[in-house]
Amino acid sequence: MTTTDVLPALRATVRGAAHPQAAPCSHPDSVLAEREDGTVVRHADTVAKAHAPDTDPAHLALRLTVATAHPDLLLAPLRPGPSALHGRLITFWPYGTPVDPETPDDAPWEEAATLLAHLHRRQAPPGLPPMRGPAKAARAVARLSRTAPDHPAASPVLRAWRTLPAWARGEAPMPGPTTLCHGDLHLGQLVRHPASTGPWRLIDVDDLGVGVAAWDLARPAAWYACGLLPPDVWARFLAAYQRADGPAVPADADPWPVLDVPARALTVQTAALAIAKSVAAGRHVDDVEGAVIDACDRMSAVPPELASDFPK
Amino acid sequence: MHMQCPKCHAPMHTYNRNGVQIEQCSGCRGIFLDYGELEALTRLESQWGGPAVPPPPAAPQYPAGGHHSAPAWGAPHGGHHGGHHGGHHNRGFGHMLFSS
Repeated sequence: MTTTDVLPALRATVRGAAHPQAAPCSHPDSVLAEREDGTVVRHADTVAKAHAPDTDPAHLALRLTVATAHPDLLLAPLRPGPSALHGRLITFWPYGTPVDPETPDDAPWEEAATLLAHLHRRQAPPGLPPMRGPAKAARAVARLSRTAPDHPAASPVLRAWRTLPAWARGEAPMPGPTTLCHGDLHLGQLVRHPASTGPWRLIDVDDLGVGVAAWDLARPAAWYACGLLPPDVWARFLAAYQRADGPAVPADADPWPVLDVPARALTVQTAALAIAKSVAAGRHVDDVEGAVIDACDRMSAVPPELASDFPK
Repeated sequence: MHMQCPKCHAPMHTYNRNGVQIEQCSGCRGIFLDYGELEALTRLESQWGGPAVPPPPAAPQYPAGGHHSAPAWGAPHGGHHGGHHGGHHNRGFGHMLFSS
């Protein structure tokens, strides 16, 4: 079953969910995302997501219970469990307004950090699987090795990957306390609900699970370290997380001993996908992608910091 | 429990540079090294054959409480460089902010 097969059925399903009385309507439906890891369609106030074909139904159901249990942090689904459609798992959500990609300076950095700090303090339900951050990094690196191993930038990226500890490569259990984590934080994972005026909520529970909480801070940390995110924005994000008593980093000391390994892994993941996508599109890597690859090149010269925990 | 800077009496924060603990003053940015730490840093630097041990952040840009350290593999100039600011006019980075 490919994403193109599921799309027409998903469109029909989301219309039905938005209008249970089957009244004819003139709302257009819009495809919000169509990727191999998920297809998302909106109709009026309802959004339906077809999850990746290899999604584990029991795991997705547990992840949905977390969103249902913490509606002050995560957007709550419209239905408590996933449905099946054409061999895919489907979930239904209320529409929320995303961050405007044209004005990332106005992005809700403090709100994102505060939501994460609170999420990291909540209890995970028994049986919740690991957060999928390291597995996704490993998948990106596998894609690079498979599709563009001879690209000139591939070798520094793969070399940086090999310096990481096994847990960060998804090859061993994550160390330390198992914290409830989002698993894939970026600015596309925040919406306001109710649309336009409501508070910010985290979306996309596919990678949510228990693990190393610093992973959720590590993408902004990596952007900052690569010279892409202005220091003041990084400082605002980090300070908001610390003010909200987030447990991933110490409240009043250098956060980098804790952030170092996850930020390296996410830098490698970003670089690996950038190279693979540039090769697939037949283009060169751009300046921003180049900055991330350069950071990988510098990593091999400096082994990862060993401190993975700190006195609490 | 924090050290106080012997020069300006502001609190000193601990930074970890590749396993070496460095105390830096949050006020005047002066650095305190324990016995043997300077040698340890010098040794690490020569071992990795390059400027692998950058100094901790140069100047406070924000009120006390912020931590503007950066990892040793970070971009030059303490973790940021001009021209790559994440705001307007940089569509490449704008795109990166929104994707897995």
